[in-house]
Amino acid sequence: MAESSEIAPERDTAPQWRSIAGKLLIQKCGGCGSAFYYPRVVCPFCLSSDVGWFECKGEGEIYSVSVMRRGEPYALAYVTLDEGPRMMTNIVDCDLDSIGIGQRVAVVFKDIEGIPTPMFRPAGPA
Amino acid sequence: MSINGKAYIAGAFEHPTRKATGKTIPQLHAEVAAGALADAGLESRDVDGFFCASDAPGMGGIDMAEYLGLRPRYVDNTDTGGSSYVLAVGHAAQAIATGKCSVALITLAGMPRTGPGPAGEGAFLTDPINPNVPYELPFRPVITNLYGMCAKRHMYEFGTTSEQLAWVKVAASHHAQHNPNAVLRDVVTVEDVVNSPMISDPLHRLDCCVISDGGGALIVVSPEVARDLKRPKVMVRGAAEAIKHLDGGRTDITYSGAVWSGPKAFDEAKITPSDIKYVSIYDSFTITVLMTLEDLGFCKKGEGGRFVSDGNLISGFGKLPFNTDGGGLCNNHPANRGGMTKVIEAVRQLRGEAHPAVQVPNCDLALAHGTGGYLGSRHGSATLIMERV
Repeated sequence: MAESSEIAPERDTAPQWRSIAGKLLIQKCGGCGSAFYYPRVVCPFCLSSDVGWFECKGEGEIYSVSVMRRGEPYALAYVTLDEGPRMMTNIVDCDLDSIGIGQRVAVVFKDIEGIPTPMFRPAGPA
Repeated sequence: MSINGKAYIAGAFEHPTRKATGKTIPQLHAEVAAGALADAGLESRDVDGFFCASDAPGMGGIDMAEYLGLRPRYVDNTDTGGSSYVLAVGHAAQAIATGKCSVALITLAGMPRTGPGPAGEGAFLTDPINPNVPYELPFRPVITNLYGMCAKRHMYEFGTTSEQLAWVKVAASHHAQHNPNAVLRDVVTVEDVVNSPMISDPLHRLDCCVISDGGGALIVVSPEVARDLKRPKVMVRGAAEAIKHLDGGRTDITYSGAVWSGPKAFDEAKITPSDIKYVSIYDSFTITVLMTLEDLGFCKKGEGGRFVSDGNLISGFGKLPFNTDGGGLCNNHPANRGGMTKVIEAVRQLRGEAHPAVQVPNCDLALAHGTGGYLGSRHGSATLIMERV
């Protein structure tokens, strides 16, 4: 897992994690084997500090979504990654009125304050 | 060790203001403290336990204890958001049961409507020292869309409808029409709610609680102190708390921490949900009430939509009267923290001092439940069961 050496722990992790553009990395515990999210220096299931990064396929399905209608609409969502963990994100690049729970989505990196950030768009036809 | 029967709620006071222009937050803490002490028939020098949360200006309870002139021998400023004040009653009962104090004062005050509040709720979503913030803030979670995601998933899994959610607001409005201090006193219909502007899908404007200034306070005392007081006696029967979070990505937002705090509180009280005559349920949004009632066992999981429909929560009409002051949805949501007013209205009901139009007959057992933080991510839950004796 070459990526792991590129990401510093804890407070500085998030921008570096987001900036690994094109790769969606999450963590797995070497102690109990659990994949987890959000990233941190210990496993939330066993408190082991033997945690490492791995690259996800970048695909999953919408677990829930809510479209904010005040101001410019945007969709806050939880996506269930195919690797297991659910992550908070935005659903983008689509008609926000057409998205729903259970829909397949794929990661797309969007610039937020200069940092590529993993969001999701509806996946193409299977 | 159980706290069942070990402590009494002797004083309760809800500040009548909803727009405290010209006042300060410490002043509101002082006014509610004085109000609750007067209600109990006690004085500030009687207070030997002080309980507050992060709405109190200063460091923990220190600065407000100084401002109020208290000399507590027991202090607790556990913060679980808006549920803190429900939780504090249980903690006060524990402290009293172990002899650490005998007159506990719990205060809440805030001015989110007209003045600068303490750092408060918003800070938890934006402070980068908070380890979840860097992974969530870029996606713009605010309070409404976090609760919106809960409602959306509940609809998906259980077939809950916007009309069913609307019934929660309708019931609250039926109660609020009798409360002269309520922010919203007009009775609304299901159609009014579902036709109000969409805020964050599927929650409409009228699915949301009000924003108001104000506060409240409670006095919890030992049985020995309660014996000499004149007010009707409200005994603490059971209390429990829980924290629910995203569980490392094994996230399930279809239930709240009430699934853990509820059964423990009922066990301690040695009763079941069917014994309860009145409930105060934290109602930040309509979905909060619906999910909490399921999680506390008032109906089966997934049946909350049917349970709250057709006026079932309206006092004098339905089977389970709730939030007879109008709740956070219509009456008051001081400091954006609704737990305090939940306990206060339950105490009014148990004393027989609710508005006559909403008073539950023979109200001997009541429950108050707080959900503090964010139902759609992480929150504290506190359940309190009280009996009129």
